[in-house]
Formats: sequence, structure tokens, C-alpha cells
Amino acid sequence: MAFWIASSPHNHNHTKTPNLMRLVIYATLPGVLAQWYFFGWGNLIHIGLAMTTAIICEFTVLSLRKKPISHELFDGSAFLTALLLGICLPALAPWWITVIGTMFAIVIVKQLYGGLGHNPFNPAMAGYVMLLVSFPLQMTLWQPPLTLVAVDLNFSNTLTTILTGFTVEGYSVEQVRTSIDGITMATPLDTLKTNTGLGLTVLESIKSPVFGENLALGWEWVNAGFLLGGLFLISRKAIAWQTPVSFLLSLFICSFIGYSISPDSSASTMFHWFSGATMLGAFFILTDPVTGATSNKGRIVVGLLAGLLVYLIRTSGGYPDGVAFAILLCNMSAPLIDQYTRPRTYGHQKGDK
Amino acid sequence: MVESVIERITRGHFWDFHGGIHPPEQKFLTSNKPIKQLALPKQLIIPLQQHIGREGDLLVSIGEHVLKGQALTLSTNPMVVPIHAPTSGTISAIKMSVIAHPSGLSQLCVFLDVDGEDTWRKRDVCTDLAQLSNHEIIKKIADAGIAGMGGAGFPTHIKVSSKPDIKFLIINGAECEPYITADDLLMMEQSNAIVDGIKIIDRLLTPAVILIGIEANKPKAIKALQQATAAIEKIKVCIVPTKYPTGGEKQLVQILTGQEVTSGRLPIHDGIVMQNIATCFAINEAVRHDTPLIRRVVTVTGQALNKPQNVWALLGTPINFLLEQCSVENIKNEKQTVIMGGPMMGFSVSSELVPIVKTSNCILVPSKKEMPSAFEKESKEVECIRCGQCSDVCPSQLLPQELQWSAKAKDYSQLEKLNLRDCIDCGACAYVCPSQIPLVHYYRIAKAEIREQQQLDLKAEKAKIRFEARKLRLEKEKVARQEKHQKAAAARKAAMNKATPEATGAKSAVAAALARVKAKKASKGQSQVNTSDSQNDLPTDTAVDQKSQVATAIARAKAKKKLKEEAVQKPSTSDGIVDNAIEEKSASTQQASTDDKKEKIAAAIAKAKAKKLSKSAEAPDLEKDSDDTSPKKTVSSDDKKAKIAAAIAKAKAKKLSKSAEVPGLEKDSEDSLPEQTVSSDDKKAKIAAAIAKAKNKALAKANEGKVEVNETSLLTSTNNATEIDSKPLQPEKMVQNNIAESENKPVAATDKKAKIAAAIAKAKAKKKLKEANTVEENDRDGV
Repeated sequence: MAFWIASSPHNHNHTKTPNLMRLVIYATLPGVLAQWYFFGWGNLIHIGLAMTTAIICEFTVLSLRKKPISHELFDGSAFLTALLLGICLPALAPWWITVIGTMFAIVIVKQLYGGLGHNPFNPAMAGYVMLLVSFPLQMTLWQPPLTLVAVDLNFSNTLTTILTGFTVEGYSVEQVRTSIDGITMATPLDTLKTNTGLGLTVLESIKSPVFGENLALGWEWVNAGFLLGGLFLISRKAIAWQTPVSFLLSLFICSFIGYSISPDSSASTMFHWFSGATMLGAFFILTDPVTGATSNKGRIVVGLLAGLLVYLIRTSGGYPDGVAFAILLCNMSAPLIDQYTRPRTYGHQKGDK
Repeated sequence: MVESVIERITRGHFWDFHGGIHPPEQKFLTSNKPIKQLALPKQLIIPLQQHIGREGDLLVSIGEHVLKGQALTLSTNPMVVPIHAPTSGTISAIKMSVIAHPSGLSQLCVFLDVDGEDTWRKRDVCTDLAQLSNHEIIKKIADAGIAGMGGAGFPTHIKVSSKPDIKFLIINGAECEPYITADDLLMMEQSNAIVDGIKIIDRLLTPAVILIGIEANKPKAIKALQQATAAIEKIKVCIVPTKYPTGGEKQLVQILTGQEVTSGRLPIHDGIVMQNIATCFAINEAVRHDTPLIRRVVTVTGQALNKPQNVWALLGTPINFLLEQCSVENIKNEKQTVIMGGPMMGFSVSSELVPIVKTSNCILVPSKKEMPSAFEKESKEVECIRCGQCSDVCPSQLLPQELQWSAKAKDYSQLEKLNLRDCIDCGACAYVCPSQIPLVHYYRIAKAEIREQQQLDLKAEKAKIRFEARKLRLEKEKVARQEKHQKAAAARKAAMNKATPEATGAKSAVAAALARVKAKKASKGQSQVNTSDSQNDLPTDTAVDQKSQVATAIARAKAKKKLKEEAVQKPSTSDGIVDNAIEEKSASTQQASTDDKKEKIAAAIAKAKAKKLSKSAEAPDLEKDSDDTSPKKTVSSDDKKAKIAAAIAKAKAKKLSKSAEVPGLEKDSEDSLPEQTVSSDDKKAKIAAAIAKAKNKALAKANEGKVEVNETSLLTSTNNATEIDSKPLQPEKMVQNNIAESENKPVAATDKKAKIAAAIAKAKAKKKLKEANTVEENDRDGV
């Protein structure tokens, strides 16, 4: 009688890539909820749009590539990409921005490079940067926190604004974005950059209502939500702690140096941590294993580099936030960093490769 | 260093190794049941080789009855470990059978039909170890067939007989693989025997300290060993944290001593020896009780069994017997996997007849629910997302994800760079991989391919060395041959160039021979013409007589010619030697010397011709003379025929001398070498003048004999009248033209071809003239 032959090891810890992806998706929930609470339905609508587009694109490309669709379509990677892109987009951006961005991310950045595991760049960030460069006007349609918006941005109003550019009552996007006292609202980072450019000190700038009472109205809570989700992921060992820790540390050190040298023209360390896409980038995007470094040392190097780049782009770059650009640059350097941060194998001397 | 390690260990602090995993232990299935003694199976299948090394020579044959503990093979080589009959019985077959190997390989096995008596051979129980020398103990261990029982199966007597400054003797009781409790139970039940075994190894190796490494999940075993070793200061029971693969040799060394085993080296190089718990027990049995290694504890476990437990299994017990003893639930399941070893590093066996060997510590029969991945036909593998969990758990600190890519791409040089050979196949990476990539499987394939490649490379290297040696040898032979040839040639040349009389003689002889050959050739062509002429000339005479006479005449003429030529050449060769001497200095190669020779010959010929020509310038006189003399001769012989022959001979001689001119002229014109002096130019001019003179004379003669020729041609030829009329006119014209040409050409001496053509034309014209002359003479003589 013959027995069934299998290769060792015969048992497995039953983890699966789709489970890992699902876990990351769940971990974004606190941040997404904070976003919904402070900024309304905009991003949720964009997330929905992006997910629909992503699944259609994924299905199309997988069938063209004659890949096992059932196996790969629901591995969660496309959903995660769509989710991250949807979170990043300005809440009032028109619908086609999301569609184009997601198509670019899935079809070109992910699948054309060979699909899951083979893409050199983070698809969500590459899609975001493509949109930022190609459609600068639409990509600045940031919505101020609901408390500062005169128009009642309920679900239907947001939906029609995204689809047609006007609310149900007929307010245009620009009117929606204009605050009660007639000033067009931007993100805190944007406001700070503009004001610093105008010669105002940071203290003068943060009197703007977008900064709220603490650091950045709404944004601080969104970032806190993502921080919470990130800590959950670290506790579940879904992501490596080295990347976010080194990234946040690097950003902290850079902003601290800047603030110490020139407190008038530099934002505080905590402002850098809790505004923009800092926490989202730190825990959800920079930790993407496919495009990051693999060794622990390499992850630390990537994190430090990303923090430095984010700070440099925010303070002296042309864009208010630099997380997307910094992450793409780190993606590029990751293979090189991996090459030079290989761990010492057991029984080998240091440097003895 | 040893002291610091001991101090650390007594404080209960250990080092850690990188990575490691915590798979579900599942040891509770068997750990609380005592080791069961089984009934004897009906048949045992004992593989000849159960260790690393070589199989021994068979001592038994089919049909032979053997007793329990009787050796079945003989150990002659240090790497050979003998096998023994686990019980008494009759050998029914010695044939190939499936053995415990991942590939389901077959090997020569002894089939023992058990008689159920279980009668021992005579045993020599040793009560006092102090009486035995170390050498005797080692011999007992070797004869008992003990090989490492932890997994690798390295011959134990080699490990305990090497005795360079041993610092640590580590007893491996970690048993980190899930499910397996064989060592755990043995420690619980036989702790004193194990300690006795350890003492024997201690006596052989005299290590500084003995460390027993046990994972913290075996409290009963720890307690038993602590009690057994309480009185011995040297032995430390080390309770190490439970983590897979703590039981790996390299890992346990690192945990207990903080040292790493350098890649490619054995722990013994660093003064560390590791022995398995079961091996210690077997050593004690062998040395004290003269019991060879014929049984071992095997954990038969898995949720597909109703009664999982540890059993004392005789070596050679087929798996199906063990499974029956433990009430296997559903063995009829087609996809049932039976694993020999643990779930992490064990291999699935292909047949129920696979026997237990010295290294088999576990038979695992999992249920589908328990270990689904062992039942899957198709791999659930998806793309690697570089999550890096594999490198986090790798105890060798490798980069499994990079290894995997290189293994798939068959990039063996990169695999070498990534230290694939340091992979211990523990399976931790594949266990945690969320993409469910069978990483270890890829590495095994790559390792096998690298090994094969290395063997091929070795072969190719050998072939290359052989080929190069052959090439070198052929080259040497060629050089030697060439040297030999060159030496011989140099000797010949030296002999030729020596200014000795023999040398000159040889040279002149060569020249003479060449001249002769040429003359012969020319004479042959001429004689043919002559004979035909003579035949035509004398149609009335009897053919036979004529022929013989003609032949004799030709012979005579030839002889005369030769004499003349030789006479001419002798002075010319002496001249030639002078020329040759001058030439020799510049000539460096053989080619040059042959050229010289040719030149000399040519010069000699030319001189001879010149002389001949000068003679032929006096031709009328000579002819007259000859004419005068020949009649005399003919008168004396009083024979017409004889006269005719003489005439022919004369004519031939003349013709020959003239025809010799043709090649001579050609040679002169062809070999117009720079060293030709004014005198040679003069010679040419003289020759030309002589030719012209001779031709003029011949022409005159021809004109004279025209009428006669016409007449004779009427007599001799059968051609029609018109031809006869035109014939004498044509040669005349041609001759005139030729003379005009020949007079101009040699003086101008510009065009080789033209000269040659002219020479040929001249020769032809002369021939014709001569023909006319001879005919005339013949007629005259005939008249």
C-alpha cells in the first residue's frame, strides 16, 4: 500500500496573503472613520469608486493574462490599493480622478509589472502622484472640516458634487470650499506653506481656523486613527515595526532641528506628525512589503530616508505634502538598500558574504 | 571562556539564536503514556545501511538461522557500522526493498522471519567498567552498531574516539520537533542509564563540562535527569526555552555556549561534541550489557491514530505493524500521509513496508483536519509579497525570499552568494510563509542541482586537465620531431657545404646528373623524330636490319654526346663552384641553395652551349670534316647502311646540341639574376651572334639543298604534289622570319615570353633545317 507523498514541512501556520491584506484593510478603519467624522462622505464615496474600478481593472487584466481569476482577484491586494488611494484623494475631487488614478495604479503600476509581488512601486502612491502631476487643479480640491463648511455636506450633496461638481442645491465646489467668512479653505499644510511664503510666522499662520485648537483641525484625529490602526498591525505582526518607527523618528528629528533653528518659519514636530498623510504613510504605505526593503536593517534605512525626504519636500519642495513622493523615491532605492543590508548568515564572519 | 559559560548557565541565562517558530507542539498526544513493549512482528526488514557512510559486508546467507543480537554485517571500514539481528529467526531473503528515504529509494535489506523464541546470542555483561580500556570501549561501541540516533546517523565510535581538547560535551535532549516525545519518555524512564552512558562518553572524551540541553516543555524529564545527575558536578542540566529548531546542532551550540559553528566546519573543530539522548542510552546498553543497537523508542502519533504512544520498536519493524499496534483509524484513505520524523523535517514514506531504522524517532499519521497542507495535491502557492516573515524566522539568518527567487531562476551563483548551503532545511520559513510557498522544497531541488553541477564541474575539470596534458605531450613530441629533422637537415647541409673534395664532387655529380637527364629527354624527343625520318627515308631496305642499325647508331650518338657534354661541363662546374661559393654566403635556406644549384646548372649549360655554338660556327668545317671522315669510315666498312647511320648520328648530335640551346636560353632569360656580370652579358651577345651565324649558314645550306629536298621529298613522302611544292617554301619563310626575330630579341632581351617564344621558334626552325640537311646528306650519302 502506498502513502501520499508530500514535501516537508508538513504543517503550516495557516496564514494566507488574503488574510494579511484583510487585516490591513481592517486596520485602516479608525482613520477612515475619523475622516468620515471630520470631513464627511467624500472619501468614502471615493473609496467605493476606487474599489469598483480596481476590481473591474483587475478582472480584465487577469483574464487577459490568463491568470487564475478566482485565486488572485480576491486576494485583497487590489482592494487595499483602492482603499489607500481613496483615502488620499481630496474629498471633493471629481469622480473621474478616482477612476483614472485607480486604473493607472492597478493596470500599469501593478499588473503590467507582473502583478502582486512584482511591482517596484506602491500602486496607490504611484497613482496618486500621477494624478497630482497631471491634474493639479482637481487634486487641490481639499475640503475643509465640516465644522468650517457653510453648506450642509450630507451624503447626497457630496455625491452630486463629486459626480457633477455641484451640490443638490446648486453650490459649486468653490462655494463649498469657501468658509463662512469668505476665505477659501486649504489643508493646514498648504495654508502654512502659503503663509510662510507670504512672510508670516508660524504663530500668525496657525491662527487660521483650519488649524483648530490643537495642531490641525480634523487632520490630527485622522492621523491618530491611522496611528491606532498601525499599532494594531504591529501588535499582530502584520507589519514590521522598524519602518514606521524609524520613519517617524526621522521626521521628528528633522522637524526638531528645523524648529530649533528657526521656530518662526518652521512647524512643530507634532504638527509634522499629525498633519497630512504622515501616519497613513508610516503604517500603511511605507510598510508595503512588496516595494519596501526586506531586512530589518534595510527597513530602518528606508524609514529614515523617507522621513528626511518628507521633511525636505514639505519645507522646501513645491508641494505642501511630500509623503507620496518620498515613498516613491524610497521604493526606488529599496533594492539597493536591500543589497547592502543583508544580514550576516549564521557561522559567517561579518562582511564575509 | 568555559568558566564564563558555566557561570552564565548556572544563573540560568542562555544565548538566543535568530528566528525560530512556535508551531503547535502536540506532544500531549504521547507524552503521558509509558513506552510500550510490543509483541514481536512476523517479519523484520533490516536495511544494510542505516547510517551515514557505507554498508558492511554481509555475514549471513538466506536460510540461515540467526540469534538475537547476532551481527549480520561486518565492519571493516571506520565508516561502516554493522547491523544486528533484532531477534532470533531465519533469514528468508536478502533483496532490494523500499527504505526510509524521502525519494522512496530501494536498498539491500535482510528479511528476517521471526521465530518467536527471541533467543539471545551469548552475551558478555561487563560489571566493572574500570577493567576496560578506552580502546575496548570504543570497539564495543563500534561493534554494537551505534550511529547518531538524532537524525543524521553519524557513526558514534568516530565521534567519541576523536579526542582533541574537548571543552563542551553537549547532550541534546531538546527534541524541538512537534509531536515527538521519544527522547522525553526515554529521559523519564531511563535517566540513570542515560547518565551512565554520558559517563562513558565523559571517560572517552574528558570534556571540561557536560551540558544537557532540554527544552522547558519537558518538566518530568528535566526532573528525572536533575535527580540522576545531582551528584555529578560536571554535568549541568540546561533548561532552554522552547522554540523550534532549538534541537538543531548549530542552534543548541549557540544557545548553550554563545558560539557559532563556523560555516563548513564541524563543532568538534571548536572543541564541542554533541550526542543525542538516545545515543547515550544505546552506548550504555552496548558497553555494560553487551546489547547491540537493535531497538529504539519510536513515537507513533497523529490524530489519525486511536492510540498514539511511544513504543520500543525493533529495528526493521515495518511501519504497518506499528500502525496496527496503535489502531490506525482510516488507513484506507488514499491520500493518507505517513511521515517518518516530525512534521517540520520528517519525510513522507511511500510504502507501508518501510522499516524502522536507527534514525527513525517518529511515525506521524496526521488527520486531514490536523495537517491539511500534507493532504493537498496542488500547492496553494501564490506570489511572494516579500513580507520578510521567512527571514525573520530563519535560524541561519538567511534571506529565504531572495533564495526562493534565485532558486526559481536557477541562478546558482547567486544562491551560493546567499549561502544556501547554510540552510538546515528546518522548514521554519515555509511554515510561516503567507503565500504558502514550499520554500524548503525549492531549496532541496536547488541544492541537489548544485551538487550535481559541482560533480559535473569536477568531471569537466578532470577532463580538461587530461586534455591539456595530452595537448602538451603532443606539442612536445612535435617539437622534438622538428628538432630532429632540423638537426638532420643541418648535418646534411654542413656536409654539402664543406669545401672537401667529396662535397664538390657530389655537387658536380648532381649538376652532371641533372644535365644528363635533360640531355636524355631532349635526345629521346629527337630520336623519335629521327627514327621516323630514317624509316621514311629508307623504305626499300629491310626494316629489321635498319631498326637495329638505327638503334645502335643512336646509342653511339648518345654516347658521343655524353662524352662531349661531360667534357664541356667539367670546366663549367669548376666555374660554377666559384659562383656557388659567392652565392653560398648570401644563401641561408635550403631553397636558396637549390636555386644556386639551378643557376649553376644553367650557367654550365649556357657555357657548354656557347662552346658548342662556337663549334657550330665552325660547323661547315666540322661538317665537312665529318663528311670527310664518314666516307672514310663508311668506305672501310663498305656499307651504305653504316654510312647512313653515321650520318644520322651526326645529325642528331648537331640537333641535340642545338636543342640544348633552347632550354639553356630559356633558363638564361628566366634566371636573369642581378649577379649576372658583364661577362655573362657578353656571353649572351656572343651566343646570340653565334646563333645568328649558324642560322645564316644553315639557311644558305637550306637554299642550296632546296631542289634536292624537293626531289627527295618526292621520293620519300606520299603526300600530293601541291603539298610537296609548298613544303620547302614554308620552312624557308618561317626560318627567315624566325631569324629576324631571333636576331632582334636576344639583343633587346626585354620580354621573357617573347624570348622563350623566339627560342622555341628558333629551335623549330633549326630542326627543320636540320631535317632538310639530313635528308640532303642522306641523299648525298645514299648517292
